[in-house]
Amino acid sequence: MDHSKPIVRLEDVHKRYQMGFVTVEALRGLSFEIHPGEYISIMGPSGCGKSTLLNLLGCLDRPSTGRYLLGEEDVSKMEDDDLSAIRGKRLGFVFQSYNLIQQLTVVENIEVPLYYQHWPEEQSRAVATEMAKRVGLGSRLDHKPFELSGGQQQRVAIARALASDPLVILADEATGNLDSSSGREILDLFDELNGQGKTFIMVTHDEDTARRASRAIRLRDGLLESDTRLR
Amino acid sequence: MRGESKSFETVRHDLKWSRLKRTVRLGLKSLWMHRLRSMLTALGIVFGVCSVIAMLAIGEGASHEAQEQIKSLGSQNIILTSVKPPDEQKVSNTGQSYVLDYGLKYSDIKAIQSTIPGVSVIVPGRIIREFVWNITQRVDCKIMGTVPWYPSMRNQRIARGRFFTEQEMTEKSNVCVLGAETAEKLFPLESPLGGSVRVGEAYYRVIGVMEAHANGPKTPEASVGGGNTSETLNRMFIPLATAKTRYGEVLRKRRTGSFEQERVALHEVTVKVAELGEVVNVSYAIEALLKRNHKKKDYEITVPLEQLKRAERTKQIFNIVLGSIAAISLLVGGIGIMNIMLASVTERTREIGIRRALGAKRRDIVTQFLVETVMLSGAGGIIGVALGMAIPFVVTYFAKMVTIVTFWSPVVAFSISGLVGVVFGIYPAMRAANMDPVEALRHE
Repeated sequence: MDHSKPIVRLEDVHKRYQMGFVTVEALRGLSFEIHPGEYISIMGPSGCGKSTLLNLLGCLDRPSTGRYLLGEEDVSKMEDDDLSAIRGKRLGFVFQSYNLIQQLTVVENIEVPLYYQHWPEEQSRAVATEMAKRVGLGSRLDHKPFELSGGQQQRVAIARALASDPLVILADEATGNLDSSSGREILDLFDELNGQGKTFIMVTHDEDTARRASRAIRLRDGLLESDTRLR
Repeated sequence: MRGESKSFETVRHDLKWSRLKRTVRLGLKSLWMHRLRSMLTALGIVFGVCSVIAMLAIGEGASHEAQEQIKSLGSQNIILTSVKPPDEQKVSNTGQSYVLDYGLKYSDIKAIQSTIPGVSVIVPGRIIREFVWNITQRVDCKIMGTVPWYPSMRNQRIARGRFFTEQEMTEKSNVCVLGAETAEKLFPLESPLGGSVRVGEAYYRVIGVMEAHANGPKTPEASVGGGNTSETLNRMFIPLATAKTRYGEVLRKRRTGSFEQERVALHEVTVKVAELGEVVNVSYAIEALLKRNHKKKDYEITVPLEQLKRAERTKQIFNIVLGSIAAISLLVGGIGIMNIMLASVTERTREIGIRRALGAKRRDIVTQFLVETVMLSGAGGIIGVALGMAIPFVVTYFAKMVTIVTFWSPVVAFSISGLVGVVFGIYPAMRAANMDPVEALRHE
């Protein structure tokens, strides 16, 4: 893999919120690069700008100033529709509370990002089935989310994040709602996928979880506190 | 797979149909998840659509029936009837026997014929009330002396045999045509044709029987003038000339303690106007003429065309009233849908956030919610149309009312229900689409 070309590049990113009469600066000039195949953990005390950073990285929000390049594209000035397309194609999300759609089956949930990219049904069904098998849910394709355990639901979410082969998978406290053994299984799956070349950005407050990453970024008061390579 | 994502954009148009199908399937799933709520929501539209169709059918049926009755009098006709003046009635009650002289005269007909242009045929008629006998069968009957072209003028048909001819008129023949009911009472077993009936001293040969009207005497209150169907049924028609020679001008009626004698030349006159547009004007002219020649108002003018027009106006008002009631109920149904969809949007905020995060554009969210709303109102519309077309049959069966489901009313009602779905679905859908994805994802 070409490590010289970053897939994520932040250049002096600021994010300000207007809260009543007070302007809160959540990010105060953040710059870093992420290369393909990296496994990054983002840590920091609450209020340090972790969620803001994750929203920016996930293209759910735009920086107030500064540039954000995802792959080749500058997404910091994009319109809403283009951002939607970028989210669907270039990014995968794994949330703390799984965020599956309750009325859809496992395979249909995995298909959602492909549906919004206008994939033909047979193709998206095939890919979704393949992804479900990859996370070990090949036998539960037609189950509804409420019929699955927390660990299984999170696996569905991971399969969904993998479906459109994104540049980066963003995980927000992905093991936060799980007991330690299923949490470990999910992290093992991350390791395995990272071994296959997937890039992960994981927000966590758990030191042990963060240690499994290859690089740890720490934030404090909207600024980069440390950026350590672990392996 | 990766490189193909661009080529998918180009074949997007081919995928539109299958995509719509998937969207519909997705909507069905969401609606099915809240079956009860969806059903109750659609119910508003069901009743709206159903009431539109049922009300229009009942209204249409009612006015149709009235119009048919008026039409049977002939829209080109003006019907003049002799009426006993109200003050004369009191005098006759004093017990004195004297001859009461009133009504339309032969001179009136001549005056109309000679002074009013555009009057083509005049059918005079005398009505004598007598018992008619066939051996031992007796019927209290109105004997009408009239002219041979009476049936064609009054839209009445002969069921069997024929009406009398001009020749029989001039010869003052003793022939008669019986009304349907009279014929049935006098000749319960055998065919009346060729038989004879007795009135007083005279015998009449039966040459024909009138047809009983299909709609029959269902609503006597709607009948007008002397030519209505219910009266035709128990009549007996003889040539006017025969009636004149047999009965003269004076009628005697037995009253308690006295005889009542009336002299009425003509009981009923039908005037046919050549031009349909002139009917109303001619009726005014006739009224003016009769007013000049008669001291008392001992006549009545009936213009079926005017009644027809009045019935049409009533029908229009009726339709407007029913239409607005139905429109209001559809509006209420639509507001119900909007209400539920707004609640649904709030409840599914999280889902909207997830979908947005996974690549849904604003218009994808709009489409999803709009499709759901339109499906709700569409399903409500279909059920409503089915119910609305069934109700008129029930009404006809139990209330014996004529109902007519016009072709356009289900079409219009159904399309309005679809429109209601779009109109009332747009606001909730827009609200869903304009949510901030970050906020929506955080929503519990």
